[in-house]
Amino acid sequence: MIKVLLFAHLKEQLNRSEITIDRNEMTVGELRAKLGKDGFLPQASSVMIAVNEEFAQDEDIIRDGDVVALIPPVSGG
Amino acid sequence: MFDIVKGPIDVSKVIDAVADRNTGAIVTFIGSVREMTKGKKTLYLEYEAYESMAKKKLEQIGSEIKTQFPDAKTAIVHRIGRLEITDIAVAIAVSAPHRDDAYRANRYAIERIKEMVPIWKKEHWENGEKWIGNQQETVSYEKTGVPKEFGL
Repeated sequence: MIKVLLFAHLKEQLNRSEITIDRNEMTVGELRAKLGKDGFLPQASSVMIAVNEEFAQDEDIIRDGDVVALIPPVSGG
Repeated sequence: MFDIVKGPIDVSKVIDAVADRNTGAIVTFIGSVREMTKGKKTLYLEYEAYESMAKKKLEQIGSEIKTQFPDAKTAIVHRIGRLEITDIAVAIAVSAPHRDDAYRANRYAIERIKEMVPIWKKEHWENGEKWIGNQQETVSYEKTGVPKEFGL
């Protein structure tokens, strides 16, 4: 199982703060494609993705138990 | 001191965290909630963070400053939750033996926060609300990247 955390407008848009994906291993790019499928999350191709609290690249691998987070453009400060 | 807090920020504590005997300059940046933005009146702001990652990223900014300015000390506290007009959203203190490094490092810290620390702001107006994305269109989110203008 892979847990995907949602924040800010993504959380409101999907009306939940996390999604679980029933996979043991996938790349960040594959996750992106899965989330973007059928218009589920139109921003999937552009948001940054963090794996275990570090920004990840599309070729990075996500494994069972990892905590993934979708990071839309930030606006702190 | 690198922290995300839910109540008012005690700026004097942020400053105290960087003061020491080798310090000749402390530069403090305070980001506060502005009422008018491009003619639009903000009623209040709501900040949300991916807290654990945001703390790590604030610490990372401290390390990046250390690499560029070895004698500088950094403390950053960002507040989340509902903030009213004039409330302090972020306080950054940087100390260094001399003022030039302290000014430059402090500027670096706030720019880096706006670039890659997972904190989001929602503006509430009289007639609506909106999560604010980053204002520049292109953002670099490299894992340990340092913006070019501050290149090592």
